[in-house]
Amino acid sequence: MSGAHVSTTINGDAVQFACPNDESLLDALRNRVGLTGVKEGCGTGDCGACSITLDGRLVCSCLVLGVEADGKEIGTVEGLADGDKLHPLQENFIKHAALQCGICTPGFLVAAKVLLERNPDPTEQEIRYALAGNLCRCTGYDKIVRAVQATAKDLRKKSKKKSR
Amino acid sequence: MTDSTSFTNQKFKVIGQRVRRQDGMDKVTGRAKYGADAVAPGQLVGVILRSPHAHAKIKKIDTSRAEKLKGVKAVITSKDLPDYTNGNRDLLSMLENCMARGRALYDGHAVAAIAAVDASTARKALKLIKVDYKILPHVTDVDAAMQEDAPVIHDWVRTIGVEPAPSKASNVSMRSEFGHGDVDAGFAKADVIIEKSYKTEQTHQGYIEPHACLASMSPDGSGELWVTTQGHFAYRNWCAQLLGLDMSKLKVTSSEIGGGFGGKTHIWMEPIALALSRKANRPVKLVMSREEVFRASGPTSSTSIDVKIGATKDGRIVAATSECRYQGGAFPGAWAVIGAMTSFACYDLENVKTVGYEVVCNRPKVAAYRAPSAPMASFATESTVDLVAEALGMDPVDFRILNAAKEGTRASYGPTYGPIGIGPTLEAVKKHPHMRAKLKKNQGRGMACGFWFNFGGQTSCTINVAADGTVNLSVGTIDVGGSRSSLSMICAEELGISYEQVRTHIGDTAALAHNDMTDGSRGTFASGMAAIIAARRTKEVLKLRAATAWEIPVEDVDWQAGYAVALGDKHSNLEPLSLADIAANTENTGGPVAGHNEFVADGAGVSFASHICDVEVDPETGSTRVIRYTVIQDAGKAIHPDYVEGQFQGGAAQGIGWALNEEYIYGEDGRLQNPGFLDYRIPVCSDLPFIDTQILEIPNPNHPYGVRGVGETSIVPPLAAVGNAVSNAVGVRMTHVPMSPPRILAALEAEA
Ligand code: FES
Ligand code: FES
Repeated sequence: MSGAHVSTTINGDAVQFACPNDESLLDALRNRVGLTGVKEGCGTGDCGACSITLDGRLVCSCLVLGVEADGKEIGTVEGLADGDKLHPLQENFIKHAALQCGICTPGFLVAAKVLLERNPDPTEQEIRYALAGNLCRCTGYDKIVRAVQATAKDLRKKSKKKSR
Repeated sequence: MTDSTSFTNQKFKVIGQRVRRQDGMDKVTGRAKYGADAVAPGQLVGVILRSPHAHAKIKKIDTSRAEKLKGVKAVITSKDLPDYTNGNRDLLSMLENCMARGRALYDGHAVAAIAAVDASTARKALKLIKVDYKILPHVTDVDAAMQEDAPVIHDWVRTIGVEPAPSKASNVSMRSEFGHGDVDAGFAKADVIIEKSYKTEQTHQGYIEPHACLASMSPDGSGELWVTTQGHFAYRNWCAQLLGLDMSKLKVTSSEIGGGFGGKTHIWMEPIALALSRKANRPVKLVMSREEVFRASGPTSSTSIDVKIGATKDGRIVAATSECRYQGGAFPGAWAVIGAMTSFACYDLENVKTVGYEVVCNRPKVAAYRAPSAPMASFATESTVDLVAEALGMDPVDFRILNAAKEGTRASYGPTYGPIGIGPTLEAVKKHPHMRAKLKKNQGRGMACGFWFNFGGQTSCTINVAADGTVNLSVGTIDVGGSRSSLSMICAEELGISYEQVRTHIGDTAALAHNDMTDGSRGTFASGMAAIIAARRTKEVLKLRAATAWEIPVEDVDWQAGYAVALGDKHSNLEPLSLADIAANTENTGGPVAGHNEFVADGAGVSFASHICDVEVDPETGSTRVIRYTVIQDAGKAIHPDYVEGQFQGGAAQGIGWALNEEYIYGEDGRLQNPGFLDYRIPVCSDLPFIDTQILEIPNPNHPYGVRGVGETSIVPPLAAVGNAVSNAVGVRMTHVPMSPPRILAALEAEA
């Protein structure tokens, strides 16, 4: 299998890697770039553990080829925090015990971030449907939905303050 | 006093708070390292070739072409796994399950394995292995496997537990029986008798992290294994025994675990990874695909159960029986035993008899799944209990309250109960506003009870005090749901220091004495009890160090709220010494401060739960939605209420998935047809409502803080709670789980 050289921006940094043409972006991120925060739960697009953003769009990295990332911007869980300052979603996931084993957490955080960027005031149902592509087997989703609701509230408060 | 485990009824400072969890930061930032996240220099990629047949003789395996492929470093078959098991049939079965020995026993059974420089080379090499199979007749259904004319899977299986011992092999590996009284006499007194048969399909624990490990064997016979597991000591012991290694020379380190629920209490491919590494002389990383997880790890039993309950007009159950037939996969298990033991554990019965049959089938070897075997038995019992209540014209909650087990009840499986929570959970159901909420058209409400034993087991831990007075607790039980934080809380409580001063880690197999697995809801119970004793011993050492510093007798020193205090007026000039003060001076007072404990954690308190469920069924499609759900469970004492609630909610969600959707579907050819999350559909966020919880605290008298295990009971009631709700919604009794749309429609049609 021939390969390709890929130039991307990952979490704001320019990153280059080489990978075979048939390798998934998930494998490239985990094994070549070393971003093991991106998880594999199924490899078939059914669990969302591998969720990342590609030019701002939420995708399952197991369904994207590494070579397709060329020239694109990638966002992963590793890029959520601002230095030592956690993203409000990360804060609220800890505060509301929205994780147990935590294997699904990176995917949920990325998916929830995309949701809140598009819809700062989602209903419970909108949250549940937006996160329906991410499987969690530990929590029954209860505390995850609550953490996202709390974050939406925090962020709205913050943006109100800013606009004042 | 130091080593006493009796309930102290003390006032708590840290216990019961909702502190920030220790592993939270790593898990939200992607830093946490799971089974597949470790890397070793020069590591190879391992892959496994699996049988496409449900049952086949392996006539020949030709690996020569694979071996010749550039980049392939090792190819192994069962020939590379010589039998070191010394006539121990259970161990040999374990080895045989890891890799077929002459016969493939289920679709997905491993037959060969390869280590190569990268994944694509390894996958290419897999295709070059040629296996010559002779297909044999198979059986995958539990009732079919018990028939006289069923293909017998193992010629060495004789039914244990029947008199006279059978001379012929069969698929029934064991019969077990529990109970007391005279059920025939009991039924003779009954005004109402209900008898019904039930089936439940096979489900998988569905942990999101596939099995994964990194194995590294060295030519001198020592080795290391990094692995996702619920019990690294057990993995170490089994792998060493199967590979002929000294246990002490194999160091097993547990990774973060991405869910287990019982499925990571058995070894599946870890010995294969070690054997590959041994042959290739390089580290080997082996990660299962999701398809492999479904086909070749350990799902739970499918079952077939008959229940008969008789009651008098005044609402007393006078006799109850159950026969539990549990499919255990390709090797004998002991799953029906637990079904038979738990069938009627919620009730106070004069006459009760339960029987279990273990059945071997051409399916993957069954493993534990959260309160293993209890949910199915509970489904059968609790569905029948509702039917009896209905026949008597009684409210199902009142009927259960009237018959509930209590302190002093002789349990149907033998022992006599101490203080227990079944009555209080039922009273709480009765009072709960959920029970009075109005239902709309096509909606129904159901409730059910559940029981789980909980387990203690062998446990060891160590507390080390650092030079600045902060503390490390090392335990040997894997953290599956936040136990590191809960154990830090316990350690802080006992030492009288703040939660932030303690950090808990999971020690590897070389760092601590043996620990049983995190199963049986024992993690926080057993390690917590061990930590309390270790902390008390640490305090003794701290007092000794303080006494030496003060040059006074140790009898004059007490430990109060995190300080050594010199007692009596004659010492009133001595300022109390903090943990940090003492830790800073250990060089001059006798050496470092640590405390240990090694013991068998006895006295795990049994636990009970009652669940309430509302569903809405679409009569056109048979599709069902859970619209409201409430869990009420006795936790003994909730160390960290968030995590207790999390266990309640997670178990309920798994039970709801089992009740409505999840099942292994086998074709006529004995192949698994839905080995993926698309077709084996576990509940997603939009399938569920918020899951309300109510924690009851009925102290366990055998734990200093009153703790009972909480992890498992929550999966026991949902099958029946949902089943009763669906049955009430559609007006037809549902007897087959999962109650998927086609089954609901078929039931409606049969009734019409
Ligand atoms: S690993 Fe990509 S969706 Fe599951
Ligand atoms: S926390 Fe374990 S899968 Fe979500």
